Amino acid sequence: MKMVTVAGAPSCGKTSVILHLAQELKGRGHKPAVVKFDCISSQDEAVYRDVGIEVTTGLAGGLCPDHFFVSNIDASWLWAKETGADILITESAGLCSRCSPHIKGITAVCVIDNLSGVNTPRKIGPMLRTADIVIITKGDIVSQAEREVFAYRVRRVNPSARIFACNGLTGQGAFALYREIERSPEIDGVEGLILRFTMPAALCSYCLGERKVGHDYQIGNTRTMNFN
Amino acid sequence: MDIVSLMAMTYDELLKLYPMMGDFFSSYGLPEPDGKAKLRMFFNSLDEHYLLEVGTSLSMLREHFLKFITHLSDFDINYNTVRSMEIIGGFDKQGRKEDVRLKLEAGDILSIVGPTGAGKSRLLEDIECLAQGDTPTRRRILINGAEPEENIRFGVDNRLVAQLSQNMNFVVDLCVADFLTLHAESRMVDNPHIITERIFQTANELAGEKFTRSTPVTALSGGQSRALMIADTACLSRSPVVLIDEIENAGVDRSMALELLIQQEKIVLLVTHDPLLALMAPRRLVIRDGGMRELLQRSEAELVSMEKLKTMTAGFERLRKEMRQGSELKL
Repeated sequence: MKMVTVAGAPSCGKTSVILHLAQELKGRGHKPAVVKFDCISSQDEAVYRDVGIEVTTGLAGGLCPDHFFVSNIDASWLWAKETGADILITESAGLCSRCSPHIKGITAVCVIDNLSGVNTPRKIGPMLRTADIVIITKGDIVSQAEREVFAYRVRRVNPSARIFACNGLTGQGAFALYREIERSPEIDGVEGLILRFTMPAALCSYCLGERKVGHDYQIGNTRTMNFN
Repeated sequence: MDIVSLMAMTYDELLKLYPMMGDFFSSYGLPEPDGKAKLRMFFNSLDEHYLLEVGTSLSMLREHFLKFITHLSDFDINYNTVRSMEIIGGFDKQGRKEDVRLKLEAGDILSIVGPTGAGKSRLLEDIECLAQGDTPTRRRILINGAEPEENIRFGVDNRLVAQLSQNMNFVVDLCVADFLTLHAESRMVDNPHIITERIFQTANELAGEKFTRSTPVTALSGGQSRALMIADTACLSRSPVVLIDEIENAGVDRSMALELLIQQEKIVLLVTHDPLLALMAPRRLVIRDGGMRELLQRSEAELVSMEKLKTMTAGFERLRKEMRQGSELKL
């Protein structure tokens, strides 16, 4: 199974981008599954289900959402595998800008929107800086000049990334993303893989700088999702 | 440049060579290095714990630093070499084959007309993504007679195509002068002041109502915004192809705007519902049912009509002005 972590600030267009990506994947015979990570509530499960995509949701509630993400990512992998999917897409919101769900060896996508302002690329930390692919959304409603300035500023904080523009309404640009995802490596599981960057401190082993994924490494205040 | 010679430079020397590096460290939440200190000293002085706090690490910072400098050096490669663009027909909404092979050269302008919903915007999308038979229309776009390379087609750094549409707005919280400087800097032009002044003057000529350098871009009227976008695209955008989607209601001097873009040797494609604007292009493409149906050459008779249309438009403009000033409207 292939895997992709998609992260980005709330309302930047992650779900729209993933929906268009999933359509491209399905159209070419793939079976994507989505795990949506959110904080308080999410209505997106229905949106994914409507277009025939296998989906489950994890709500972090009172815990740091990215810590919650990493405490559940190995179980998410197993769930996706059981659904018969050949590609797992995780969607999570980078809320504090210092966090990042990206894992070494797994294709990392950061979604960021033109409307968030030209200073946003510098405000977002590892989620953007360590991504393999950056998707810039909402280019259809800002001026050409702002698009160019924004893309330049994204480039400055992540000179290695492949950067694409994607229109979440029409899906324009999703094909370019699909091509990159298609090239992602097949992986056997996430147990033992390493986060690309430490998460900020506070309540579990990941708060203390743990980077290994897997049940054995989770100590402290973690919460596990119910997949049934 | 290799990492060893870079690290042996002082920060001042680096900025002399790469002025764009001035904002590099601050975009990672770091203080500006001392100008006299060698970069090696600066990197060595950085504390890993502090770097973690601001979401970076020494290895990430070093790698990004080197890659970004490489990116700055590569910036002008592959640009401004677009001599021609060809649109090769695919299929319309009914699956009928489009028998079209349309070549546009630098400085050409093509108008695109057709009923609402006919597929004009779809054609612009195909051009914007330099389609290679992989969009629903299965059209293909060739650049200089060949399929464009992947990094040209998909990356945001080398976009060949710039867009101007009625849906676009300025959202950045800056005044006109600061905004233009910001854009000029990100385009790495040598004399930002000269070019921004030229854009400002040109935009004011295009716009019906004047604006100042200190007007916030978000406070510009629809016409002023469009004028500034057109002048900026003509003078500063690197993209050799410009797609314009329905700017007729924008309150700008449209013939002057097109003239400006053509002078810059851009290839201009113009979707319009305005007869005068459509006639400004020597060729116009008719879209129906999702397909490119006809390519019309502007006839001698149409040139005569165009002059009449200009007079009519000028008359209409005069009426509009009189109405705004509260005069009685007489024809």
